[in-house]
Amino acid sequence: MTNGPWERTSPVRPYVITGGRAESEGGPLSWESLVMATDAAFPAALQPEHQAILTHCQGLLSVAEVAAHLGQPPSVLQVLLADLLEWGLIVTRPPIPPAERADVTMLRKVLSGLESRL
Amino acid sequence: MVSKADFEPWPEPPAPAGPQASPGSTGPQASPGSTGKYVAQSVTGAAKILIVGPLGVGKTTLIGTVSEIKPLFTEAVMTQAGARVDAPAHGTKDTTTVALDFGRITVAGDLVLYLFGTPGQHRFLPAWRDLAKGALGALALIDPRDVAASFDVLGHLEDLGLPFAVAVNVFPDSPQHHDAELRKALDLLPDTPLVLCDARDQTSSIQALIALVRHLILAATETP
Repeated sequence: MTNGPWERTSPVRPYVITGGRAESEGGPLSWESLVMATDAAFPAALQPEHQAILTHCQGLLSVAEVAAHLGQPPSVLQVLLADLLEWGLIVTRPPIPPAERADVTMLRKVLSGLESRL
Repeated sequence: MVSKADFEPWPEPPAPAGPQASPGSTGPQASPGSTGKYVAQSVTGAAKILIVGPLGVGKTTLIGTVSEIKPLFTEAVMTQAGARVDAPAHGTKDTTTVALDFGRITVAGDLVLYLFGTPGQHRFLPAWRDLAKGALGALALIDPRDVAASFDVLGHLEDLGLPFAVAVNVFPDSPQHHDAELRKALDLLPDTPLVLCDARDQTSSIQALIALVRHLILAATETP
């Protein structure tokens, strides 16, 4: 599952598929951003890559997980996901906003979650 | 735009491993420790910690030990001019790929933690910058048989200003080091945690992560 057949058999460079766009406006989704397909019916004319993403995102997954499941670099997924977001076909749950100093409440939550696994 | 004929379609996804999630579901997926493919519906945010160290130090092992999903693997393509390639293996000048593996731990009903294994070589530093953005901190794994292999990694962490803890991954044939010797060799600050761990052991690996998070909490509460 680490390499999709597309990657193995096609000489097309990853960026071709994104129409040459490297980044969406407002910066790319981070690797840990969570995404999920909305209930909206997707248009039949959608690129197969976009469709594959929607099929995979029936529940919440991080950008990195979607990339790994589809065997594509996260940088490519970031662009395609930005399209889907713009079209209202996915929703995102943003990661904890990068802060100069990590939020202590969140850190405590992580700590207690880890301790519960001991 | 590229035409349909130019590429192979992506693979058909396998059926979802977990129960089908529906919005607002409070089924088994909603509890911490979910092992389904999907993140629990109750989760509203994600945090990340980097697991860093030289090749072969045990990053993959540690991630596999603590992750609730089978660790995943992805290749980041770096195309920026800043992606310095020391010795291009295949004659490409402007791109290189970085193999990263990662895992996931649902730490609370509404929070999921991702662990990204990040290779230590200098040429992968551009990938670090992206990944480090928004990261809580890093756990630096050290091979006690080759402490010097980690010098670069610790240097990168310091350059990035990313707080970290050091975990010595104890191998069966590891030489015994005294903490003080290691601290001196690695030039650690007095408050940087230094712990022993066995990346194959879940409790030990979780404890190393706990040492890091405790350190992060202290650092966040210590100064006004």
